[in-house]
Amino acid sequence: MGAVASNAPLIAEPLISLRGVTKTYGQGATMFQALKGVDLDIAAGDFVAVMGPSGSGKSTTMNILGCLDVPSDGTFLFRGHHVETLDRDQRALLRRKYLGFVFQGFNLLSRTSALENVELPLLYRGDEKRARRDAAMASLDTVGLADWWDHTPAELSGGQQQRVAIARALVTSPDVLLADEPTGNLDSERSVEIMQLLTRLNAEKNITVLMVTHEPDMAAFARTVVHFKDGLVERIESQHRQGESVES
Amino acid sequence: MFGTTLVLALRSIRRHLLRSFLTILGIVIGVGAVVTMVTLGKATTAAVQQSISALGTNILQVRPGQGFGRGGGGPRPPDFKPEDVAAIANQIAGVTAVAPQASATATAIYEGANWSTTINGTTDAIFQVQPWPLASGRRWTPVEESAGAAVCIIGNTVSKNLFPGGDPVGHRFRIGSISCDVIGVLTTRGQAGFGGDQDDTVVMPIKAVQRRFTGNRDIRLMLVGVDERFSTSTVQAGITDLLRERRTITGDKPDDFNIFDTKQISDTLTGTTTLLTGIVAAVAGISLVVGGIGIMNIMLVSVTERTREIGIRLAIGAVAREVLLQFLVEAIALSCLGGVIGLIVAQAAIAIIAPLIKVQWLFVPEINIFAFAISAVIGVVFGYFPARRAAAMNPIDALRHE
Repeated sequence: MGAVASNAPLIAEPLISLRGVTKTYGQGATMFQALKGVDLDIAAGDFVAVMGPSGSGKSTTMNILGCLDVPSDGTFLFRGHHVETLDRDQRALLRRKYLGFVFQGFNLLSRTSALENVELPLLYRGDEKRARRDAAMASLDTVGLADWWDHTPAELSGGQQQRVAIARALVTSPDVLLADEPTGNLDSERSVEIMQLLTRLNAEKNITVLMVTHEPDMAAFARTVVHFKDGLVERIESQHRQGESVES
Repeated sequence: MFGTTLVLALRSIRRHLLRSFLTILGIVIGVGAVVTMVTLGKATTAAVQQSISALGTNILQVRPGQGFGRGGGGPRPPDFKPEDVAAIANQIAGVTAVAPQASATATAIYEGANWSTTINGTTDAIFQVQPWPLASGRRWTPVEESAGAAVCIIGNTVSKNLFPGGDPVGHRFRIGSISCDVIGVLTTRGQAGFGGDQDDTVVMPIKAVQRRFTGNRDIRLMLVGVDERFSTSTVQAGITDLLRERRTITGDKPDDFNIFDTKQISDTLTGTTTLLTGIVAAVAGISLVVGGIGIMNIMLVSVTERTREIGIRLAIGAVAREVLLQFLVEAIALSCLGGVIGLIVAQAAIAIIAPLIKVQWLFVPEINIFAFAISAVIGVVFGYFPARRAAAMNPIDALRHE
């Protein structure tokens, strides 16, 4: 059931654990069950690609994993703590501390320099100006954009914008990076660059990466691939990098 | 946390300069209008009070005729005589002094300079009734007064026009058909409330004016000084009774003279200008509220337009309170900014308008503070609703918003 990557540090408890998670939207005749009982364990340090046709429940699962949404039923353990009972603000604080988000549409603040975009999570954390600046610059340096710190999103290419978004997600040193189709708006060359960056971060900084994608080429970078279908986990594959896939 | 939200709010304002400017325009105009109107109103009130107090407080002006002017048809009521002056001074309690006045117009000539001015004949009592100190020289002596000597004390305007740059005291000039010695110069009093230049005058003993200019003993105006311990209305009633008796007005026939209480005029005019100030300020205040609605309007649009931004902020871990605070602080910062700009605009407007309507430039701290405080309150009141809407957003929907 649980997908434990071969070279990930083996810990007794998975970082993330979903049990019997359901999600229902609407009521009565318009009721729609997006998740019908998802069980999923994710080990710390894993690189997970989530795949599946639209409507399969992968986005809903990602929203729940990202603490943006709560399950209708079932349990969600993060580092052994129950998340499904947390209120809105508690989840926000959890996101602030442990999670980083990368979106398909980059979602940078317009008319705002790369540096200020990257600084944003630190502002909410209440860091001092000096510390914010240093951490943001370091983060931009990690994604190779230190020289572009004063450019606004409009002055950056799509690939660069996504790298700024990754820098923003990294700046708080999160445990988990949630990427929702991070390469969906990029050409294949840029996509590969972004995937290489995510792979490097996963390996060097031991950040757990959860990525939604519908492109098998991108999923090939992951160590674990979770396939969704009709609101359930259909199957989980462990694979060696670049397509050396092994059925679990 | 407040520091953070303030930074975020200021960044957001800076990022959208034009929108921010348009947002605060209403507040700028509202605060500017309120401060300008109230300040100019106060300046006008002060000007009215000043020009009336220049006439002297606790002074009753007694003139023949009914009300201002000489009344309608019928025979012209007789002017007063010196005996009336003596009677009032001696018989009415609470009268400190009575200064009669007889006036004529004449041209003053000195070494090629000539100036048409008003000659006011009066007695030394005028200096007891009105505080009008001399800038230089002396008053006339009782001997000069009773003899009707050709001595005069001139106002500053006359002095400047006839004796530019020099001290006129001791010089002799021609006025009308006579020669007159300048014995003193009055201190400047400036414009009178009703448009006349109070410094454009030549003051002489009344007998000199009566003998050489008017040719009779008539007195056009009596200025009655009232002791501070007496009420002007009591004294006024006493004078009315006395003059009715002396002028043999009986029964219910109306007075053929009138008595103005300068204090009463002052109070009436001050009341009127204060009321007018209040009315314009209220109208200007409405524009402040409209400005507040403008802020709410733009903030609501801004919240909708920035839905994605709010989604991003929520996703990276902003709690609802921080988003609320950010938009609230932004609204408050905007409206305070509008307030500050409004205050500056008001000072500029006052500096421009005050000379045009001939009032003193004035800075009224209370109204500036009040208007600024109101602009801050408007920010809170009209910023809260949009801010709450922003804070209540669901991050997933907000991120999906196009």
